[in-house]
Amino acid sequence: MTAQPKRLDWDTFTEGLWKENPVFVMMLGLCPSMAVSNTAVNSLAMGLASTFVLVGACLLVSLLRKLIPKQVRIASYIIIIATFVTIVDYLIHAISLDLYRALGAFIQLIVVNCVILGRAEAHASKHPPVPAVINAFGMGLGFTVALLAIGSVREILGFGTLFGMSLFGPSFQPWAVFILPPGGFFVLSLWLVLFSFARRRRTRTLEAAHVS
Amino acid sequence: MSDALLQAELRTSPHVRGDLTVDKIMRHVVYALLPVCAWAVWQFGLSSLALLVVCTAVCLGTEQVVCRLSGRASTLGDWSVAITGLLLALSLPPGLPLWMAAVASVVAVAIGKSFFGGLGFNVMNPALVGRAFAQAAFTVPMTTWTPSQAAGRFTEFIPSSLTLPFLQPRSIEAWMDRVAPDGFTGATPLALMKFDHIPTDALPMLLGTITGSAGETSALLILLCGLYLVLRKMMDGRVVLAVLGSAFLLSGAFFLWNPDVYPDPVFTLFTGGMMLGAVFMATDMVASPETRWGVWIYGGLIGVLTVIIRLFGALNEGVMYAILLANAASPIIDNLTQPRIYGAVKTAEKKAV
Repeated sequence: MTAQPKRLDWDTFTEGLWKENPVFVMMLGLCPSMAVSNTAVNSLAMGLASTFVLVGACLLVSLLRKLIPKQVRIASYIIIIATFVTIVDYLIHAISLDLYRALGAFIQLIVVNCVILGRAEAHASKHPPVPAVINAFGMGLGFTVALLAIGSVREILGFGTLFGMSLFGPSFQPWAVFILPPGGFFVLSLWLVLFSFARRRRTRTLEAAHVS
Repeated sequence: MSDALLQAELRTSPHVRGDLTVDKIMRHVVYALLPVCAWAVWQFGLSSLALLVVCTAVCLGTEQVVCRLSGRASTLGDWSVAITGLLLALSLPPGLPLWMAAVASVVAVAIGKSFFGGLGFNVMNPALVGRAFAQAAFTVPMTTWTPSQAAGRFTEFIPSSLTLPFLQPRSIEAWMDRVAPDGFTGATPLALMKFDHIPTDALPMLLGTITGSAGETSALLILLCGLYLVLRKMMDGRVVLAVLGSAFLLSGAFFLWNPDVYPDPVFTLFTGGMMLGAVFMATDMVASPETRWGVWIYGGLIGVLTVIIRLFGALNEGVMYAILLANAASPIIDNLTQPRIYGAVKTAEKKAV
């Protein structure tokens, strides 16, 4: 990226939601998206926790971007990220013990989520605080949406519920495979198929419109 | 003279071709499967007929849809999808709700085959991918067995077959009381052996008058159908020999060691999906190795894994997972067993030189 400040526009925010969606396009942060996306509630909590860490860390990194020496920047970013992860860890522990148990070690593992380190390195360290936070927020929302997309499908098919509410009545046959780890891979890959199908279709229609 | 030279047609090798095409082989495999299907229908009646029809139709339909979506010419004509459908149906329990069979068929063709690039590129046997998915998703219905040759099987369905989509299978208890009043436990010979140590006689297993998946019961019929294909040179008999031989040897060794605990080797060969798996699934041309030694290693791997899973695993049947694992390993096996190119120097000699 060039040093000249990019004009603050809508794109800074939406790029994380669609064009550079961390999970569906950049394929980052797949570990938590596989591991804790077995229900919609877990996905939402994980997504929001990551968003909080992302926004906080990017704000701090952006503020300190002129102070951090280039040689030790990764270590500094990790310390900043770890600070926010600790906050989130205690927060979730205090708010809901069940959720804390369900997410398990994956809350602490937000530290090594490459979406966050990637944003800090690629965006926040090169931009002033306002665009950095907006971009981080967009990315976080994109991550949350992706986790929710995976988690809802897995919960609907695997338990017949959504956010714990029964959808199909008691005689629904749960598809046990979607609660198990393979189900996460199946659902993620099917979403990826859908996304690439939609993208290819759009390029094709754009090309057709261009030709005619 | 120069005219004759000009007329010569230049072609790359091979110059002499057999008349075996993919379509033809696949068509004959379907023919060979038909007697097995007929036996399945005779054994389990309307339900297994419906299972065969639904699986084949859904497989064909999925292939058609996928071909259209990916903008390729339809590949329905090469019969391979029909084989996938038939094999899948034969490997399912006869009373499985039809909607679950349809789901397994979609997974088999879409995920097991098309996602990898269609026929010739599938890493694993598509029918087994579908079955493995169904086993993981619907564990209880996939291990619910119904009595074979039940009274009235040609006039009524097994109640669970006709379950509405996405619902749990309908209860078959009332039906079971009617067709098998003397207390059918719902256990296959394998389950009886593994959990209760009750062996089954060899003859019913050979003829296939036992319970089990729709098409796996008659070992003799499957062997005969396989023999037809081997004689027509449309199937690799070495794979079958390697699978059955290694399973026989390993289970024989365990039997000799402790006959009270382990089943005899004949039992191992004639129960469960062993025959159907060895003859029709392990021999999948795409997913098995091609080299001379690779074929034997591959078949041996399947036999050994099956016996190990059956004797020491939590499941009583391991043919499916054994074949899937060996399928996944077959590219490596092929790589490790490349034949020496004619005239090439052996590695040891090369080092000496």
